[in-house]
Amino acid sequence: MAVLSKVCSFDDILPLFQDEQSIMFGGFGGIGTPSGLVDVLMKAGSRELLLIGNDTGFPDIGIGKLVSNRRAKKLIVSHIGSNPNAGTFMSNGELEIEFSPQGTLIERIRAGGVGLGGILCDIGLDEDIVKRDKQRVTVNGSEYLIEPALTADISIVYAEKADEFGNLIYDKSARNTNPLVAMAGKITVVEAKEIVPVGELDPEAIITSGVFVDYVVQSEGVNWKWVWEPR
Amino acid sequence: MGLGTEIRDKMAKRAAEEIKDGMLVNLGIGIPSLVPNHLPEHHQVMFHSENGIIGIGSTPEAGEEDAHLCNAGGYPVTIRGGASYCDSAAAFGIIRSGLIDVTILGALQVSGEGDLANWIVPGKRVPGMGGAMELAARAKKVIVLMNHLEKSGAPKLVKECSLPLTARKCVHTVITEQAVFTVTAEGLLLTDLFAPYTLIDIRENTDASFTISENLRYIRKEQGEG
Repeated sequence: MAVLSKVCSFDDILPLFQDEQSIMFGGFGGIGTPSGLVDVLMKAGSRELLLIGNDTGFPDIGIGKLVSNRRAKKLIVSHIGSNPNAGTFMSNGELEIEFSPQGTLIERIRAGGVGLGGILCDIGLDEDIVKRDKQRVTVNGSEYLIEPALTADISIVYAEKADEFGNLIYDKSARNTNPLVAMAGKITVVEAKEIVPVGELDPEAIITSGVFVDYVVQSEGVNWKWVWEPR
Repeated sequence: MGLGTEIRDKMAKRAAEEIKDGMLVNLGIGIPSLVPNHLPEHHQVMFHSENGIIGIGSTPEAGEEDAHLCNAGGYPVTIRGGASYCDSAAAFGIIRSGLIDVTILGALQVSGEGDLANWIVPGKRVPGMGGAMELAARAKKVIVLMNHLEKSGAPKLVKECSLPLTARKCVHTVITEQAVFTVTAEGLLLTDLFAPYTLIDIRENTDASFTISENLRYIRKEQGEG
């Protein structure tokens, strides 16, 4: 059976990106963040973005580029420690940051991707940074916060292998948040190291079904130096 | 910050004593990452990482790094036999459901009751909590490795934390360059002293009240136990 190919070029997807969109990104410290798609966002010139993901990467690594170039008005992340620009912009009032504990954040993203309104979680139940104005509920005798689900206008994802339908396989610790982020975008764009015809991936090995994916773009590799690489 | 290699190693070595054969362990960045160097070779310990690795091995040789195989701090690692990868949701499912035997973290302040503050200094430094809230709240044993004093000289072991908390009543053991404390129902218990520090030093440098173990151990340089 023929399947509609979702493969396209970086230029094809450029018009998707607009000002004031919510963008969810895969990756952890930049590892598993789609380098080429971050550059498309840079090129598109989108501003006033809401960026949702694990962390702000490093100043020139991962989503860090967009943050460092003041493209975001708000972040929902668990960590900004490796990108001092985020802290600076937050301190001088030009960037709003909503901190969410890492495990809670990823479940909120997962909930958004699987059609739930939120999750019940007791991590940080009594801490101001977490509880904010969230509702509390008691279930089976235990108290929880209602942590609202997260979705985004566009999710950007990195995969090691994709087929033309958008079925995805990841690579080692570059998997991290990508399978969850892939489900939570109204539109999901994948940058893959290798794109193969339908039928070539082992169905048992596929982590993300192509049903969650709208576009697949051929990666050209990362264009930054990792923190551990000699300079 | 500011601790020499020798001191960092003695703290890591002491922390390694808390890890038993067969445990599942999560290590923070900095001094905690030195702990595996001090484990007996025959020990079968699975190291877990928030970014989705269960079974981290040794640091790769220069030139052998894999950009897609890194720890939560973004630095290259290898895997050991029996290792597996998972997504972030599963990595935190493991933490929240209480499967981590020991986590070793840094801290800004620890209170006498075992409250932990390690994610923000309001107005100064805002790294964010990352996965620390889950690890501190749910690991079976939480070990803190930190300097005994702030750069300003202020004690970090305090009666009550003045900084926003990461988790409450969660810390079990605190290891500094000067001493080791266990958090008990009655408060801090001093269990080990590192040479050359004395009880007088510890009293002077500790804001939280503490009692002294009947089996107080004096750890000298090199030879270990005294």
